[in-house]
Amino acid sequence: MPDHSLTESALARLEEIRAAAEASADKPAALGPDVDITRFSTVSEQDKIDSLKSLEKQTREAVLLSGFDTSEENRSASFFQLDRTPIYRAVEAAFDDAIEIMGTEEALALYGEELLEKYWWRAVDPGKDKYTALVALHQTEGYFIRVKAGRKVDQPIQACLLISESNVSQNVHNVIIVEDGAEAHVITGCNINAGVKEGLHAGISEFYVGKNAKLTFTMVHNWAEDFSVRPRTGVIVEDDGVYINNYVLLKPVKSIQAFPVAKLVGERSTAVFNSIVYGLKDSIIDLGSETQLIGAGSRSEAVARTVSKDNSVVYSRGRLVGHTNDCKAHLDCRGIVQSATSTQWAIPDLASVGAPGAELSHEAAISPIAAEEIYYLMTRGLPKDQAVSMITRGFVNIDIPGLPEPLRRQIDLAIEETSKEAM
Amino acid sequence: MPHEESAPLLVIENLHVSVGDRSILRGIDLTILEGETHVLLGPNGHGKSTLLNTIVGLPGYTITEGRILFKGTDLAELEIDERARLGIGIAFQRPPAVRGVKLRQMLDVAAREELSADTVAGLDSGLNLGHMLARDVNMGFSGGEAKRSEMAQILVQAPDLALFDEPESGVDLDNIAVVGGAINRLLKTGLVSERRRSGLIITHTGHILEFVNPDIGHVLFQGRLTCRGNPLDLLEEIARHGYEKCAECAQCQIIH
Repeated sequence: MPDHSLTESALARLEEIRAAAEASADKPAALGPDVDITRFSTVSEQDKIDSLKSLEKQTREAVLLSGFDTSEENRSASFFQLDRTPIYRAVEAAFDDAIEIMGTEEALALYGEELLEKYWWRAVDPGKDKYTALVALHQTEGYFIRVKAGRKVDQPIQACLLISESNVSQNVHNVIIVEDGAEAHVITGCNINAGVKEGLHAGISEFYVGKNAKLTFTMVHNWAEDFSVRPRTGVIVEDDGVYINNYVLLKPVKSIQAFPVAKLVGERSTAVFNSIVYGLKDSIIDLGSETQLIGAGSRSEAVARTVSKDNSVVYSRGRLVGHTNDCKAHLDCRGIVQSATSTQWAIPDLASVGAPGAELSHEAAISPIAAEEIYYLMTRGLPKDQAVSMITRGFVNIDIPGLPEPLRRQIDLAIEETSKEAM
Repeated sequence: MPHEESAPLLVIENLHVSVGDRSILRGIDLTILEGETHVLLGPNGHGKSTLLNTIVGLPGYTITEGRILFKGTDLAELEIDERARLGIGIAFQRPPAVRGVKLRQMLDVAAREELSADTVAGLDSGLNLGHMLARDVNMGFSGGEAKRSEMAQILVQAPDLALFDEPESGVDLDNIAVVGGAINRLLKTGLVSERRRSGLIITHTGHILEFVNPDIGHVLFQGRLTCRGNPLDLLEEIARHGYEKCAECAQCQIIH
């Protein structure tokens, strides 16, 4: 952590963060199974690379399935972190003056004063629980992305956080700033290399969406059966800003618990959360989102589609909190349970806090595909298995732009597989 | 009327159907030749929809006696989709909404090919599908929209035997005209002598007969076909005497 160049108030802020984190170093999270974080050492340093082509083929294929295209085609910028080290970053020439992308430690060195004042642990509380504390006290990089005011970046920015070792924790702290009037789509893939056993990914993400700015954030998770994941995300959206969050989980995980919070502080600001979650094997999945509607005219929508199989346990949460009379928000959580040993919870949670005019609503449903829908498609000549997969695909069909074709196919494949087993 | 050498497309013999413990159809005999359109009149709850759903093969309709032959094949052994591919199509009275499946996709499914933009535009102009194409099928469709959507699907499916379950129910006159036009387009296009496609239309009110001119009418009463004749004559008789008169015919049939 750089400190020599910082003002006293910045140093005081750092101290404040450290104290809050230390006080919560053993504090379990409110939700999700507890993870013994003392068992993991932090990830190691790795060598930087000049080209993503030098990554092993297996790695390139694996990260593609979480949306990171190592060919960098149709991407405006790329960031690749392996274990502890940001090993690669690049910005396409056309966007050179529009996008800044780097590891967060480098960003702190460059912009320490500004970051600490406005963007450093301002959207997420370092003392929230032991996972935020872990990152605050033992941070292992993460990415810093800034899109300059007024710049509309029409090709996705991609970031990959990869873990290659077993029994480690990767404690990343990501910051995305989309300045006033700017637009960007960030695709983040989180992966582990084949063969990696136990481990923990603790990821803090702070997103700041400026006035009349738009951030689309797509995250695809590819974990493994022994892996625990505890992301903590806070988003602040200003006047007329738009935040769209897309989340896809298609692989088994030991446990994941995340509950990103969007604060719509700006007037007419908007947040949309879309998620597609497959509960597989023994996964314990506890996911949701919270939107705080603070600015007049703020709007929010959360759409979650969950399919659970095997012995998985899935919690699908959604919280809408209206603080202003002129706000409107809707939750739509639907689940299909496809195994007699799987459990799903749909937990909508609405609150109007001193806002009699707030309009908050939800639809939550857990039910199998209705037989009459299958028969309907069959009367048009479609065999039963194809009818089931078409309806299942429709069920989880959330239009996410910018996904690479192999990832789209992966999603389709997962749907086909689960459809077959649902027969 | 079909020409003389028309072959029987659908032959129903002594069909008894139960739904759960309730016996609904009690001995139906019906033959539909290639190119013929029949209309089935009758009060609600007397088995009209049961007959269509049994032909289509929906589960829950148990054939306890008799059989249905389509193109000479006993349908009992065939799944719903196999019957559809053999040439049976249906426009439902109240089709289910399918979340995530667009009407546009349903059209490709029904046509068993990717329809060209021109074909879809043609359908659209006739049936005013408009924004419905991009919507989840039947999700929040009005009565008229659902009917037009069903018509679009059965038109591109172009089955040899088209079944229409209460095509006029729950829609206004304008929409009945559109639906009637679609039925005529499917069944009555071309020279009379060359028509091969057959239809079976269920109607409770008979309003659809203002737009469609079927060849033969039947009255389905208490699970039996009690009368057969000119559709408009039957309708006039029912208008005059009500379906109660059919009860007498039903009695006669049992006596004979």
